[in-house]
Amino acid sequence: MPGKLKVKIVAGRHLPVMDRASDLTDAFVEVKFGNTTFKTDVYPKSLNPQWNSEWFKFEVDDEDLQDEPLQITVLDHDTYSANDAIGKVYIDIDPLLYSEAATVISGWFPIYDTIHGIRGEINVVVKVDLFNDLNRFRQSSCGVKFFCTTSIPKCYRAVIIHGFVEELVVNEDPEYQWIDRIRTPRASNEARQRLISLMSGELQRKIGLKVLEMRGNAVVGYLQCFDLEGESGLVVRAIGTACTLDKLSSPAAFLPACNSPSKEMKEIPFNEDPNPNTHSSGPSTPLKNQTYSFSPSKSYSRQSSSSDTDLSLTPKTGMGSGSAGKEGGPFKALLRQQTQSALEQREFPFFTLTAFPPGFLVHVGGVVSARSVKLLDRIHNPDEPETRDAWWAEIRQEIKSHAKALGCHAVVGYSESTSICEEVCILSASGTAAVLNPRFLQDGTVEGCLEQRLEENLPAGCGFCHIPYDELNMPFPAHLTYCYNCRKQKVPDVLFTTIDLPTDATVIGKGCLIQARLCRLKKKAQAEANATAISNLLPFMEYEVHTQLMNKLKLKGMNALFGLRIQITVGENMLMGLASATGVYLAALPTPGGIQIAGKTPNDGSYEQHISHMQKKINDTIAKNKELYEINPPEISEEIIGSPIPEPRQRSRLLRSQSESSDEVTELDLSHGKKDAFVLEIDDTDAMEDVHSLLTDVPPPSGFYSCNTEIMPGINNWTSEIQMFTSVRVIRLSSLNLTNHALNKNFNDLCENLLKSLYFKLRSMIPCCLCHVNFTVSLPEDELIQVTVTAVAITFDKNQALQTTKAHVEKSLQRASTDNEELLQFPLELCSDSLPSHPFPPAKATSVDYSSFADRCSSWIELIKLKAQTIRRGSIKTTVTVEKTSPMGEGNFRNRSAAPCANSTVGVVKMTPLSFIPGAKITKYLGIINMFFIRETTSLREEGGVSGFLHAFIAEVFAMVRAHVAALGGNAVVSYIMKQCVFMENPNKNQAQCLINVSGDAVVFARESELEVVSTQQPAANCQPACTGGEVTT
Amino acid sequence: MTSELDIFVGNTTLIDEDVYRLWLDGYSVGDAVALRVRSGILEQTGATAAVLQSDTMDHYRTFHMLERLLHAPPKLLHQLIYQIPPSRQALLIERYYAFDEAFVREVLGKKLSKGTKKDLDDISTKTGITLKSCRRQFDNFKRVFKVVEEMRGSLVDNVQQHFLLSDRLARDYAAIVFFANNRFETGKKKLQYLSFGDFAFCAELMIQNWTLGAVDSQVDDMDMDLDKEFLQDLKELKVLVADKDLLDLHKSLVCTALRGKLGVFSEMEANFKNLSRGLVNVATKLTHNKDVRDLFVDLVEKESSQSCEAPSCCAPSVTPDGCLHRMADEQSRFAPKIRTHEPRPPKPSRRNFNHSATGPAPYFFHSGFIEV
Repeated sequence: MPGKLKVKIVAGRHLPVMDRASDLTDAFVEVKFGNTTFKTDVYPKSLNPQWNSEWFKFEVDDEDLQDEPLQITVLDHDTYSANDAIGKVYIDIDPLLYSEAATVISGWFPIYDTIHGIRGEINVVVKVDLFNDLNRFRQSSCGVKFFCTTSIPKCYRAVIIHGFVEELVVNEDPEYQWIDRIRTPRASNEARQRLISLMSGELQRKIGLKVLEMRGNAVVGYLQCFDLEGESGLVVRAIGTACTLDKLSSPAAFLPACNSPSKEMKEIPFNEDPNPNTHSSGPSTPLKNQTYSFSPSKSYSRQSSSSDTDLSLTPKTGMGSGSAGKEGGPFKALLRQQTQSALEQREFPFFTLTAFPPGFLVHVGGVVSARSVKLLDRIHNPDEPETRDAWWAEIRQEIKSHAKALGCHAVVGYSESTSICEEVCILSASGTAAVLNPRFLQDGTVEGCLEQRLEENLPAGCGFCHIPYDELNMPFPAHLTYCYNCRKQKVPDVLFTTIDLPTDATVIGKGCLIQARLCRLKKKAQAEANATAISNLLPFMEYEVHTQLMNKLKLKGMNALFGLRIQITVGENMLMGLASATGVYLAALPTPGGIQIAGKTPNDGSYEQHISHMQKKINDTIAKNKELYEINPPEISEEIIGSPIPEPRQRSRLLRSQSESSDEVTELDLSHGKKDAFVLEIDDTDAMEDVHSLLTDVPPPSGFYSCNTEIMPGINNWTSEIQMFTSVRVIRLSSLNLTNHALNKNFNDLCENLLKSLYFKLRSMIPCCLCHVNFTVSLPEDELIQVTVTAVAITFDKNQALQTTKAHVEKSLQRASTDNEELLQFPLELCSDSLPSHPFPPAKATSVDYSSFADRCSSWIELIKLKAQTIRRGSIKTTVTVEKTSPMGEGNFRNRSAAPCANSTVGVVKMTPLSFIPGAKITKYLGIINMFFIRETTSLREEGGVSGFLHAFIAEVFAMVRAHVAALGGNAVVSYIMKQCVFMENPNKNQAQCLINVSGDAVVFARESELEVVSTQQPAANCQPACTGGEVTT
Repeated sequence: MTSELDIFVGNTTLIDEDVYRLWLDGYSVGDAVALRVRSGILEQTGATAAVLQSDTMDHYRTFHMLERLLHAPPKLLHQLIYQIPPSRQALLIERYYAFDEAFVREVLGKKLSKGTKKDLDDISTKTGITLKSCRRQFDNFKRVFKVVEEMRGSLVDNVQQHFLLSDRLARDYAAIVFFANNRFETGKKKLQYLSFGDFAFCAELMIQNWTLGAVDSQVDDMDMDLDKEFLQDLKELKVLVADKDLLDLHKSLVCTALRGKLGVFSEMEANFKNLSRGLVNVATKLTHNKDVRDLFVDLVEKESSQSCEAPSCCAPSVTPDGCLHRMADEQSRFAPKIRTHEPRPPKPSRRNFNHSATGPAPYFFHSGFIEV
């Protein structure tokens, strides 16, 4: 009952000519919601009709409001024959259903036709009057906010992070219904678009209900996917993390959880907040923390209040001795217990987040992944999609048990994906096993969380690297050393994760994109046999992908991977594996050893020579890479480390398995045995080629960096210019004598060339960084490989890096340091007042005295002991003081940020796959954008061939996303992702079809310079500066 | 391994100015890649030829898709498909409507019809401009012509409003449209020494003084068609040659105005009678369409033959511009009953070469009548 939807059709423009005789159009509009349809009058003979209709009112259930899209159809009136459709606009009215989001949708929408593309625009105004409904048994979940962003959104604060929510709905695919044989392609496409729109609305509503059940009010990291299972149906599934979010009353004090080190977080001067007692003002300034600390809060929940302080301090105080391993044991056990209690009631302790509030992530175990090969069958009863649910439950269970094996009780950075070819489907899930701080997971107060964080986080910058599992009872052979940062706890020698680099992590140098690419031929087979063949191949692929990643990581001289995403794609006659991750050098982890090459026939002189030549090349490459990525870790003598380095052994941190339809689970040990060093044996030509291919990866041209995480480790001075793009390539393999090797080379070349093209295209932006580089591989046909890349290029200022660092050096003498990087090497800001904390040496200032640094480290340990008491009182300065500003840096920044284009007739809408906009602050989230489009053509050649067709389509998709955002009153889309781009062609018939699914969060952002203006105008601008004022910034 | 499909789509449409120029110049993708390779871009960026090929293809595709919008520039501003910063939009439009001097001289004054379009092959061979580029330029002329043909208001303003061109380019298009409408002959060998700029300058003056719009600003076609009545009235200029007193008065006024301003002043003074007679003869014949079309040929013929007697005089400096000024002003001077407004002082020429190459001829013919 409770909702009134009001729609007004204002005008149209640039309509296509529908009447050849007059070169004009007699347009009218049908507005449909649910089963109700309204029509406007015909506006005769115009390409720019002015309907100016009355308000069309729909009285509907809020359940329908959530499920149904508003459908607007523009038609050409024809007196004698049927009216011709010009095109349609689907408007998702969901953003109007939250109280804080958009209040009206108003603007120009492109009129879209699945056959002709965009044909003119229509101006529409949509409003919703919502009545309060307190019915407990309601089926709707209006008011639950959805975010694609995989971190806590910028202007919110996480009160509780509840955990995993998932749902899936299935239906028959209209494309495969009998009726499709007699209807037009247009009708079929529109039926499909509408159905998917409906299904995703329903899915979102159902997930919303689950969130309400958990007493949350938002879903963060919402990821919705379609599985086009062909004959057997259409599955829409979604996962997300339920949270209780609090809107920050002042945009100034957003959570420091932001994983962007860009200036935006430093803009609010420390003393600007006049009211340190406001709970909502964020946990990050020392002043506030002081107030909070040890005001034993009323609402402490039972188990946490009893244990937290002791817990976090015990290992720290007893540390210097070097016997941390043993002492860490009980601590860990305790922590585990505690976390367990918080998590055990959950079926799946999974989190789709990749970046976290400070203190949330305690330890990281490693990547866990599971795959399963399934045979698709017809979904008989769409209302009870039990099989699909069971499949996923099975995989999740597996992930959970892997995490447990790593001594972790939670999985973060969790994601799921599928690859379908004919009736075989590979389901994959992966995440990072982790130990979490229980405080965020239950109904505790924020104060509690804060306090916990303070204490827990003492060894910031390395804490998360410490192993969560028991040293004596390791799940796999591993090589542990003492943490190079705090020297108290054990760390592994390499760390693979699917999450973003934690903001407080200490990184040396810069990061880089690392990819492993692999193809395996497979015999064509049917059904069961096919599935078996695939599941037999999978473990080998996993192993090789892993080996390749490891080799490339070592070649780069780095020791950790973040944002790891392994995609296995199945095709008719091959399997493809593509792993992308961002390599970094974590200061806490040991320096990676080199790569040794060993020949099988050591007697052959020339062979030997060849081998040594290769070895030299590899060593040179490592050295070159170290220079390129500015990796110059401090030399640390062994005595400081406190224990002899154990015998070097290689091990893997990946624990996976794949299971077949038969549910048989095989654990795969990916460790490389007990070799003395990382040895590559060259025993046949294949191995030789593998080594060669290692060396063929060319680094990006100077001035370019790339990574697949949100931000580039080691770069923090972003400027405001961003360019989001999508690039698609399809290659046809020559079908003759395809070998694994040739295939690999082709695939490798494809990816490398694609990257090279991107570097070339974006050369005008140098110096810049490609962030969130997201590769997707698909095998649309026998000999076709399709690679889709979406990424964003962000410029940064080389010079400013030096300036800010200098400024910071000066600054840090007076107050606690602000820069993320400074946290890196000086995680203990206890004595930052007296210490010259100049950590991250940029290219020029490399003369930091590391030996004295080491001394200082050890003296700090003493200091910690002494101050333990004080710490307990909470009187230390927090380590994560990102919000404080460095006025100088800010000033520079303001000068550089480009003025927004003011005189454009069409408002500029930025799009980015990141959760932030460099040089600007997000002041409002307007709602989720989730759109699905189909485009088909029967005149492929006339539209410029496949390239012309797809180019135009993607441009149109961008345009429609931008138009929707603009209509909501926004000026950017963050966390934008193209989840699907299915392209099919039939050149002989001159036909092609493409399906694209995109999503993101519509936001309003304000440039920092504008915010400053506002705040100077209202000096006491503590309440709400540009939150409302800066809404329209185009 | 062949690339079936290769695209790059940015949220902000990437425009490479160099590639845009190559595309406008009508080079094929292959030629454009070759030219780019020659420019040394591979060495500068360390890219491979394949990358360059893909990049060029991509830009060409983008331009091809934008071309439809460029045909109606206001559409480019309001469309939603391509997000292009305003400065880039302006650049795209300006460059698209720019034309080659060599090409415009070939078609200036010709009817913008299919027939002319067929001759573009020859023009292309003659000028060395690619056929594709010739077609684009020709189509631009034709499109602008069609749009502004039957519009009220100032020709330049109309062009500017409907094609969003810069002031200078809009004036050029006004001249092209004006010439095409009146079909002035400009292709004769004798006229070859005159640049487009010279003609454009004449066109501007004629639009200002000779058209319907010069009398009444509320007529259709006001800046396009010549004012028939005015041409009729020019006949009365005969008196300047026939009446000795008037001739002398005319001469003295012109000489006063130009003394010291003209390099060939003495020759001009000596030859004044002949020069003046030539001009008046041309002016009085303008009642026939044929003669109107040949206006520039006649002007150059008459004036140069006159000046043979004083070779050092102003053979090259006699340009139609000057003549036109003079005719216009003489007309307005001697037919006050028709022209109630004061003769407009000549605008400083828009292009430098009008002054440098042809001397102060405009002033010569013009200034004699300022204070009569």
